[in-house]
Amino acid sequence: MSEMINQTEMREKYLRKGMLPSIFCNGCGHGSSLDYTFRAIEELGLDLDNMVFASGIGCSSRIPGYINADGLHTTHGRSLAFATGVKAANPELDVVVFSGDGDATGIGGNHFIHAARRNIDITVIILNNFIYGMTGGQVAPTSPKGTIATTAPYGNLEGAFDISELAKSLGAAYVARWPVFYPSQPIKSIKDAIQTKGFSLVELMSPCPTAYGRRNKLGNIKKLWDWYEDNSILAEEYDKIMNYGTDEEKAETINKIKIGVFQHTEKVGFFEAYEEQIANLMANDDKKWGGSK
Amino acid sequence: MIEVLDDWCKGCEICVNRCPVQALEISEIMNKKGVRVPRLKAVNKCHQCRLCEQLCPDFAITVIKEEKEEGEEKECKLIIGGVCAD
Repeated sequence: MSEMINQTEMREKYLRKGMLPSIFCNGCGHGSSLDYTFRAIEELGLDLDNMVFASGIGCSSRIPGYINADGLHTTHGRSLAFATGVKAANPELDVVVFSGDGDATGIGGNHFIHAARRNIDITVIILNNFIYGMTGGQVAPTSPKGTIATTAPYGNLEGAFDISELAKSLGAAYVARWPVFYPSQPIKSIKDAIQTKGFSLVELMSPCPTAYGRRNKLGNIKKLWDWYEDNSILAEEYDKIMNYGTDEEKAETINKIKIGVFQHTEKVGFFEAYEEQIANLMANDDKKWGGSK
Repeated sequence: MIEVLDDWCKGCEICVNRCPVQALEISEIMNKKGVRVPRLKAVNKCHQCRLCEQLCPDFAITVIKEEKEEGEEKECKLIIGGVCAD
């Protein structure tokens, strides 16, 4: 393995230093996610001038502002629509979308499912903190049952969205979910996601001590980060316990969050398929379809 | 050696809590926001795994690789097949 990039060099190379320190709260995992993205880009040897970062509205959507590359800070939930436009105009660019859980599945839910269904060749990094953090802690579609939030003071009654399962069922080319406190796995996943053709999703579970942890009595930053560690389990292990475990083990595991790589396939992206179709039609230029021959 | 960009630190203590060998501590030094910043302990236990560097959400920590000095023996934390893999 080649030597990892030094943080001092990384600050110079990738960050808009005037924008930092970031606006993220103390103990928020969004900064770490940005760190992993930089390390993934560095390991792939990509040029930042050949990349575009798009985002919607929310805490996570502040991220492109810190990256020393072209970025789009767009309307709420519509980052995927803008990213689709960028990719359509110039398919050579690597488009990375940063989005929050509320932004991607709440406000922009339809954009998300249709971008995944059409298999647009972009990388989406969803930073899931289970809550609308920036607006003060309202219930998000991803909030687990029983979550205390400003709009659910006695506990959330709705079931939670499982973003990775949703993307998997929509046939996304790459789907992975990791918590932010293991560096190597997210870095590898982001690398794979950028390299994979087709719609690729990396869901990073990012702790929100201010809006989520504090209201749900999960304790200080250390306890909150430990809570995520205790409540997540590798998907393979989860399946093993569910199939062969004792009842006690099953009861212990059933409410844990599955992490891991859920899907990794190669698929032809929408715009490639589109160009192929045009080429086919040009070759069979028939009068029947309004052609010249 | 660990270099901390003091003014970017917000004092979340993630580096201190997550260090596998407890090499860091919160020092008495304050930055301009009044946050006590992390430093290496007086006895240097750091194995340069660079976990804190990767985890730091504020890009404040740099781990600088040190060459092992002659005759200096460190306690090995990770042994694979009888060989120190630090």
